[in-house]
Amino acid sequence: MSNKPYYSSVTKKIIMSLMGLFLVTFLVVHLTLNSFLLFSNNLFNAGAHFMGTNAFIQVFQWVLFAGFAIHIFYGIVLQIQNWMSRPKGYKKRASMEQSAFSRYMIYTGLLIFIFLIIHLGNFFFVKMGWAGNGIPLTSNGEENMAQLVRSLFQHGGYVTFYVIMFLLMGFHLDHAFQSAFQTLGLNHKTYWGFIKGLSRVYAIVVTLGFVIIPLFVYFKIV
Amino acid sequence: MDLKLKIWRQASPTDKGQFVDYDVLDISPDTSFLEMIDILNDKLVEKGDDPVAFDHDCREGICGMCSMFINGHPHGPEAATTTCQLHMRKFKDGETIVIEPWRAKPFPVIKDLIVDRSAFDLIIQEAGYISVSTGGTPDANAVPIKRENAELAMDAAACIGCGACVAACKNASAMLFVSAKVSQFALLPQGKVEAKKRVKEMVAKMDELGFGNCTNTYACEAECPKEISITNIARMNRQFIGAKLG
Ligand code: HEM
Ligand code: SF4
Ligand code: FES
Repeated sequence: MSNKPYYSSVTKKIIMSLMGLFLVTFLVVHLTLNSFLLFSNNLFNAGAHFMGTNAFIQVFQWVLFAGFAIHIFYGIVLQIQNWMSRPKGYKKRASMEQSAFSRYMIYTGLLIFIFLIIHLGNFFFVKMGWAGNGIPLTSNGEENMAQLVRSLFQHGGYVTFYVIMFLLMGFHLDHAFQSAFQTLGLNHKTYWGFIKGLSRVYAIVVTLGFVIIPLFVYFKIV
Repeated sequence: MDLKLKIWRQASPTDKGQFVDYDVLDISPDTSFLEMIDILNDKLVEKGDDPVAFDHDCREGICGMCSMFINGHPHGPEAATTTCQLHMRKFKDGETIVIEPWRAKPFPVIKDLIVDRSAFDLIIQEAGYISVSTGGTPDANAVPIKRENAELAMDAAACIGCGACVAACKNASAMLFVSAKVSQFALLPQGKVEAKKRVKEMVAKMDELGFGNCTNTYACEAECPKEISITNIARMNRQFIGAKLG
């Protein structure tokens, strides 16, 4: 082995899976806060206020961005290496993958990334005062994130885009969750079926959770 | 039965190569796939043409030589079967069969369907060995081994190094092969001495040779003629984490 700094394929995958699982956890927190909108605007605003002011969360959000950046960086590096390892492809290749979504991880990933940028542009950048006209205020002068969100979810086009993006993220998650366990070596025949099942349930619950909120707002159910 | 073959012909490693169509007629369904190509080659030789070059040795599913990508699958469409154990009754009369060599950067084509799989040998040379003390022959039964581990090691050792896992993988990753080799040693007391060094060096060699990164598509397990389990990959990853941490 040479002495030059070298990250093996397995090391890269392990870093990616840890960042991925971190993002998986983050999505649950994010979904929980979003779901407050189904109950009341005040609850949602209180949640947003807590996230926007709590010192721990303030520090943590930069850790989160770093996590995203590392996951995306290695995702792209691995994919380029993988393309290079088969310079000439097959004329006829059956689909042999045991999960169809595993074939499209780089594409679903990159689409999530595009969504992320737009999403940050809509909310985070507005909140930081870097874009838009600022956050609307409630009658007692507090930031009204709920109203900002609701106004966006009035646009059919935006809601459609949002729903499609989350379906794609669901495909990413369905493969990702169990994949991370395998990468970390946590595959044992007695509980592997459970992890695969959990991966699917997680992907479905998270996707549905994110998707019903804009649909409920658009169709004036909440 | 009559068949149309589309076979990759490439005269040398540097030749561009192309698919050539052949008709083979009146093949018995009980012919093995390699025998079917033997029949074609006899015809080609009679005509004074160059026969299709392909690797084979044991023709009984144990040597791992018969690498061929048949109709989109390594070793053809039948599960848990090497090309030499595949029979023409698995195909339909009049079917077109596409036959290609393994495609992966570390497995360059030598001629037609023959690829150079020395990359696997280089990985084994790197660390696929155990230390044995010289002196009198030890009693085989003196080393206690858990039955479960003996079984798992035996399952891993069933790998014949055929390269179908690499051929099948969309990333041309060699993780199934390497993990089978790492596992067969790691599970037995004899393999413990070099365990940490072995997993790190074999992974490093695999990367250096240009195999891709595993993204857990599990195509390898589905296509492996010896049904090597992806739990070996998980075991190798555990071993790797352990070796790096301590
Ligand atoms: C909500 C955001 C995301 C979450 C929760 C997430 C989660 C995960 C997880 C857990 C894995 C499995 C890691 C492993 O087995 O080692 C994974 C794999 C992957 N992700 Fe993401 N990811 C997200 C966004 C992205 C983005 C933005 C990209 C952009 C390129 C991306 C690209 C990939 C790729 C290429 C893989 C490799 C496939 C594999 O190893 O299974 N992901 N993701
Ligand atoms: S793991 Fe299976 S497919 Fe890969 S080389 Fe060994 S026997 Fe062949
Ligand atoms: S020729 Fe030996 S395994 Fe097929």
